[in-house]
Amino acid sequence: MLKINNLHVKLEEEEKIILKGVNLEVPAGKVHAIMGPNGSGKSTLSYVLSGRDGYEVTAGSATLQGQEILELDPEERASAGLFLAFQYPVEIPGVGNMTFLRTALNSQRKARGEDELSAADFLKLIREKAKSLKIDADMLKRPVNVGFSGGEKKRNEILQMAILEPKMCILDETDSGLDVDAMKLVADGVNALRAEGRSFLVITHYQRLLDHIKPDVVHIMADGRIVKTGGPELALEVENNGYADIFAEVA
Amino acid sequence: MALPQAKTDATEARLAHLQMPDGAGWANDARADALSRLRAMGLPGARDEYWRFTRPDALNAPVAPGAAVFDAKETALFSDIDRLRIVFRDGVFDAEASDDFSHENLAIERLSDATAKDIHWAKDLYGVLETRGQTPVKRPFAALNTAFATDGVVVRATGKVSKPVSFVYLHENPNSDAILHFVVRVEEGAELTILENGPAAARFNKCMEVEIADRATFHHVRAQGRDHERLAITHLFARLGEESTFKSFTLTANGRLTRNEAVIEVNGDNATAHIAGAAVGDGDFHHDDTVFITHDAVNCESRQVFKKVLRNGAVGAFQGKILVKAGAQKTDGYQISQALLLDGDAEFLAKPELEIYADDVACSHGSTTGAIDEEALFYLRSRGVPSSEAQDLLVLSFLTEAIDEIDDKAISADILSRLEGWLHRRRRS
Ligand SMILES: Nc1ncnc2c1ncn2[C@@H]1O[C@H](COP(=O)(O)OP(=O)(O)O)[C@@H](O)[C@H]1O
Ligand SMILES: [Mg+2]
Repeated sequence: MLKINNLHVKLEEEEKIILKGVNLEVPAGKVHAIMGPNGSGKSTLSYVLSGRDGYEVTAGSATLQGQEILELDPEERASAGLFLAFQYPVEIPGVGNMTFLRTALNSQRKARGEDELSAADFLKLIREKAKSLKIDADMLKRPVNVGFSGGEKKRNEILQMAILEPKMCILDETDSGLDVDAMKLVADGVNALRAEGRSFLVITHYQRLLDHIKPDVVHIMADGRIVKTGGPELALEVENNGYADIFAEVA
Repeated sequence: MALPQAKTDATEARLAHLQMPDGAGWANDARADALSRLRAMGLPGARDEYWRFTRPDALNAPVAPGAAVFDAKETALFSDIDRLRIVFRDGVFDAEASDDFSHENLAIERLSDATAKDIHWAKDLYGVLETRGQTPVKRPFAALNTAFATDGVVVRATGKVSKPVSFVYLHENPNSDAILHFVVRVEEGAELTILENGPAAARFNKCMEVEIADRATFHHVRAQGRDHERLAITHLFARLGEESTFKSFTLTANGRLTRNEAVIEVNGDNATAHIAGAAVGDGDFHHDDTVFITHDAVNCESRQVFKKVLRNGAVGAFQGKILVKAGAQKTDGYQISQALLLDGDAEFLAKPELEIYADDVACSHGSTTGAIDEEALFYLRSRGVPSSEAQDLLVLSFLTEAIDEIDDKAISADILSRLEGWLHRRRRS
């Protein structure tokens, strides 16, 4: 599904190299997790994949279902099936959450040559999805993420994912700042979306989330590289012993 | 104090091209008074305190600079609103094109018909609010208007008026120079909505005096047309009685020069005055909102919400004042003026002022100049919304607070669709 090959990335504005040759492949239907200390480049990787400005790819490639994505506009990547649940979801005053979701969904459908969803059909869809994430009518009416609590923002990210039905979902620390109940809601939301044709890349610091969203493969990232890849037991190892042992071993 | 010679010369040069209408009846006194006031104050100059942001030259010019007539090729604004249409062509009332004036709870007369009558309610208002509005800030073009207005109507609402009175200002002659004066009185407990639409002329000077009696409601929504080269100087004078409501919104898209002045006297306790504007300009566009709200009663609320979207050399200016007089306790005054600059070649000038002589008041004002929020833009794009659409969405969201000041949903939807159209025509250009 997603194939990242020798990806090197530096900041556009300064001579700071952040990703130093990332190699990663997430097959269709699989859940991969990335763990790693703060500042190791996890968010940068997710931003570069989704097309945010400010980064320069100096080498390497990334493909989504065989299609090169690094040259595409962010909206083209989205329509191709890529979705990033932001570590820090953005507040957009003045744009209603509902309008935002409908505009996003219909933009993607249009880009793929599909019919736009009618207002009535959209309402039906969103009511159903919002309910399972315990997102009430008020949250749908309010401006995007404005005045939302940390947990509400994260649930709103998952709601967008549920509506847009992407093929490749990247979740950047979606669990951070969530209490146990909110984490369960989010995890249930993600699990409900698990399907053969859909892959996940779950970035997290904690084993906690991975108890709910069982990964097939766990990668450890440090200083802009994937330094170790293993099964779910790797996350447990991090949980119990921290990164020190792993780094000592790969050094 | 004698005026500087240059001011006197400019004023006399302009006056040489103006003529008071014949047989203006009881208005003659008010007109003569306005003329002497105008001579005493002179036309504005670049050094005048409230003309630093806007050059008055094109408005002072004895002969109006021409403005090409713009054919919008679209259904006119408010077309779907059930309304009473009063049409002016280049500043001349067109009876043929207008609806019949008679309507329940409403008395409308052409200004020349009203002034010809010996006794008329408008006599106590024509030029009266304008004169009051000359203190403390001089408004020469309003005095000029009172003296030389060539047409206009007077409107009196005696109860709830079921449909808006809609002034339609057509611009057909590229050299027209129109001066229209309106007097509006909303009687106690009455409700009236006035709509205005169109550029009116190559150069348009409009003055509207609005008296809102106790417990009366006045709503006003206007749009100033799409003509790129037209000039406009407008004044809105309003005086509010007890528990009355005043709400005004203006859409300005295009126009080489626009200056909209509003002078609002909140004179009755528990009254509400809201004034808002959305201005969008691209290129040769200069838009100036100059607002003066005076609180002289207890427990009143006022709001000023002015938003401007500017690009490609466009300039926006805002001068807004809240004056709270001694004794106007419990005043709740709010003022926000914001500009969204879509490129590096646009400019916003703002002068917010608060002057407060009462101790138990809550007044706030803010002014900001900013660009499109890149974070928000990326967030929208990452969800699949194309860049140009995402940008339009953000621009419209910036304007929302101003548009929300329009109470009538059908009218605000119509205004919104015009703004969408304006943005859409400018995508990727
Ligand atoms: N726009 C930026 N400007 C400056 N430094 C940045 C920027 N983006 C990322 N970095 C730096 O790159 C490194 C990796 O950051 P990040 O990708 O956020 O790591 P993680 O998500 O793993 O905590 C950090 O040292 C961070 O400070
Ligand atoms: Mg991060």
